[in-house]
Amino acid sequence: MSWILIAEQSLNGLQFGLMLFLLAAGLTLVFGIMDMINLAHGSLYMLGAFLASTFVQLTGSFTAGVLLAIPATAVLGMILEIFLLRTLYQRDHMAQVLATFSLILIINELTRLVWGSDAALPMPGSLSGPVELMPGLPYPAYRLVIIAVGLAVALLLFVLVTRTRVGMLVRAGASNREMALAMGVNIKLLFTLVFGAGAALCAVAGAMLAPLLAVQVGMGENILILAFVVIVIGGIGSIRGALVGALLVGMVDTIGRAFLPILFGLFFQPRVASAAGPAIASVSIYLLMAVVLYFKPQGLFPARG
Amino acid sequence: MKKNIFILAILALFPLAMLWSDQLFYVSFASRVMIYAIAATSLNLVLGYGGMISFGHAAFVGTGAYVAGILVAEGATSAWIAWPAGVAAAAAMAVSGLFALAIGAMSLRTRGVYFIMITLAFAQMMFYLVNSMKAYGGDEGLSLRQRPSLVFDLTNEVAFYYVVLFLLLLSIFLLYRLMGSRFGRVVIAIRENEARAEAVGFPVYRYKLACFVIAGAAAGLAGALLASHGKYVNPNVLHWVQSGTLMIMVILGGVGHLWGGVLGAAVLLGLEHLISDYPIGWLAQLAPNYQQHANLGVGLVMLAIVLFAPHGIAGLLERRKHASP
Repeated sequence: MSWILIAEQSLNGLQFGLMLFLLAAGLTLVFGIMDMINLAHGSLYMLGAFLASTFVQLTGSFTAGVLLAIPATAVLGMILEIFLLRTLYQRDHMAQVLATFSLILIINELTRLVWGSDAALPMPGSLSGPVELMPGLPYPAYRLVIIAVGLAVALLLFVLVTRTRVGMLVRAGASNREMALAMGVNIKLLFTLVFGAGAALCAVAGAMLAPLLAVQVGMGENILILAFVVIVIGGIGSIRGALVGALLVGMVDTIGRAFLPILFGLFFQPRVASAAGPAIASVSIYLLMAVVLYFKPQGLFPARG
Repeated sequence: MKKNIFILAILALFPLAMLWSDQLFYVSFASRVMIYAIAATSLNLVLGYGGMISFGHAAFVGTGAYVAGILVAEGATSAWIAWPAGVAAAAAMAVSGLFALAIGAMSLRTRGVYFIMITLAFAQMMFYLVNSMKAYGGDEGLSLRQRPSLVFDLTNEVAFYYVVLFLLLLSIFLLYRLMGSRFGRVVIAIRENEARAEAVGFPVYRYKLACFVIAGAAAGLAGALLASHGKYVNPNVLHWVQSGTLMIMVILGGVGHLWGGVLGAAVLLGLEHLISDYPIGWLAQLAPNYQQHANLGVGLVMLAIVLFAPHGIAGLLERRKHASP
């Protein structure tokens, strides 16, 4: 177990965590401000990836394609909010779960009709090689770009939420919706904007992760659950919590997958270790969540005081 | 009452009619619907009567399926001739109930959205655990060589149908009696106002946990039946989408209605089957392979129900009854 492996896996964890953060940030705001369980958030992530694949093919440039996919997904998200999700805010959580679950089915099938079951989004050629971070530590250039994009978006979001007027309204909405409404905040417009922003973040994550993972129908379902784990750990409605939660989950998941089998190998027979290691690793983030909820039932950074 | 006897007669005669018209597939399909009806009814006890939005119910169905599957698989290879179905089902219920006790004991300390998410998290843990059980198929699932036998031969679809029908009716009857009992009244009181129930002096946590465990055991029974029905245990029965589907069945049918789970399972599975297996002429002309996209239709119908029939199908039927006395 050399330090190179540790450094490499930590960077992988950081990269995965940042992408999770992009998904979780939108989800936590929708959840925190509108008190709405949106299972279809993963579908927007999927749509972002598929749209990026089309735009990259049309324009022939990875950057242009991704940049086009982001506003396109945001518009789709806002259309969804205006015509459908808006009517669900007043309903109970069960109705929201049912409605957005049916949306997953609908969007999955529509995607399959338009694109087929999967699409290709190859990595830009100039980024496919490794970069020597330190002597003896090569790291894929594309993953570094993902980390940079993730950090930039996180910073942008932080400035937007803490330093601007819109951000203030968003925070007000998250901590006390009724009071914000009573103070004359145009909640309707704010909700639509937040939803659009959440969709845009989904598109960034979907498009950036697409060359590493497969662009396929159903890709949103599994990562959605991870995003929910993140926001529950972080505290619903808190951007800061989403960041901390996402990094925790990304690190624990990646590092667990890489090192638990090795660690188990030290103590158990190889046969047991090879079976138990990956199993415990995939369970580890849920264990983390259960532990956090046991000690802090409102998550690490509760948004509501 | 007359109507109930009529429905019962139809259900009892259904396999004979199918035998006569040589449509055995539908007997098997009806068994599957009824198994899901048991699972959905057990979730309805938690969700509808207890007011606990559990998003991990598939874990208990899956546990039951695996317990029964493993017993049968071990029984088939060892000196035992085969595990009698009754033992497998009882073991499935016991283990699922125990898991529900452990998971419920931890989850019920949280509430609201956090409860939804923690039950989901536990179910995901179980999902990954069974996926890594290499000895029992891992992510490929566990195939059973034969259906376990009860007193008579369960490989016969018609016999299996009657066993499932009996168990479904028994579960509905037990749910009915349970909800009429003191226990049921307290559980409903807790759903309506937990703080008040606590203030009156009921041990709220214990009542909720008991409710959760009963539902978990019943889900285990459904799982055991599911395993023997398909002679195969798919690890995907524990996937969160399956928990979601069970929830959909309950909400679709009617939350907190005695027949909600049954209606929801019948409508959802029936709809899926109808769209994917019955070509509609004009639609097929418009879109030749629309049947591969059955979920689109299912999703649209579900969306329509949540938007226009907030109390599910049972609520819809009830409203009609009240409207025309």
